[in-house]
Amino acid sequence: MTDHAHALETSTGLDSRKLAIWTFIGSECMFFATLISNYLVHKGKSLVGPFAHEAWKDPATGKVFEPIIEIPLVTVGTALLLFSSLFIVLALYGAQKGNRKMLIGWLGATILCGMFFVGMQVYEFTHFVHKGLTLSRNMFGASFFILTGFHGTHVTIGVIWLATMLVLALQGKLTPNRSLNLEMAALYWHFVDVVWVVIFPVVYLIR
Amino acid sequence: MSAHVPAEEHAHPTPGTYAKIGLILFVLTALEVGLYEITYGESAGSFGHAIQPFFIPVLLLLSAIKFALVAMYYMHLKNDSKLFSGVFVFPLIIAAVVILALIALQAYHWSFARSVG
Repeated sequence: MTDHAHALETSTGLDSRKLAIWTFIGSECMFFATLISNYLVHKGKSLVGPFAHEAWKDPATGKVFEPIIEIPLVTVGTALLLFSSLFIVLALYGAQKGNRKMLIGWLGATILCGMFFVGMQVYEFTHFVHKGLTLSRNMFGASFFILTGFHGTHVTIGVIWLATMLVLALQGKLTPNRSLNLEMAALYWHFVDVVWVVIFPVVYLIR
Repeated sequence: MSAHVPAEEHAHPTPGTYAKIGLILFVLTALEVGLYEITYGESAGSFGHAIQPFFIPVLLLLSAIKFALVAMYYMHLKNDSKLFSGVFVFPLIIAAVVILALIALQAYHWSFARSVG
């Protein structure tokens, strides 16, 4: 059976797969809450630099560590992730209306935005390591890399998931009555976006 | 098909609505970064210093608005079944409580550690 409305009729009248993805997203909220808590409780507790917003001079060597955070780069990444959320709803709209051109175009744009975001994060992490911030350097490094690294991993998984949707769309298998498959991927993608909506100010803007 | 219409079949917003929400999200992000620049940027003067106490509350408010817009319109919680909203919002409340409780606990821990030297 291809029509999910018939295939997955339940006592609630809701599709069980959609309820499952929402339950998963709910659990992910708590997962990221622990990581954000971890970042916040260790904020300002680092004994050695480099720090997020302030320069630090090593008293032993006299070496000066510049502030780590670069707002312009992350702002571009944030904007791309927000736009990707717009693009994926447009792709979903196309899938639901049977507009293949709209589906493939916006889905491709979403994947590109996601890839740029991951690329931005890889560049940022590499840059930070070169500036002396590692996972074991201080509390800031540990909590920062854990939080943003897990988010980046989620974005990467989302890109892979959306890429499989694109393959299905190119094969003509993402028809309107199967658009729930894309809707589930889109819900996950939006969740990744809203988590970043919280991480961006907490990690990058709040001093 | 039964008479009961699944909630997920409720009408979703149009591309025009999605674009408007996207624009609002972009403007709110620009406001966040602009507020940071005014408060802490290189050109921040006495005005920036004066508004520092309001920086975090305003930033968190802007984030909350962005979060709600994405959840309501892009994730379709505004139109979908209330059960989905419950499944999402209930853990979200627990998450917020966990964050606040841990911050309070750590604040107490550090103040206690300072008081005993």
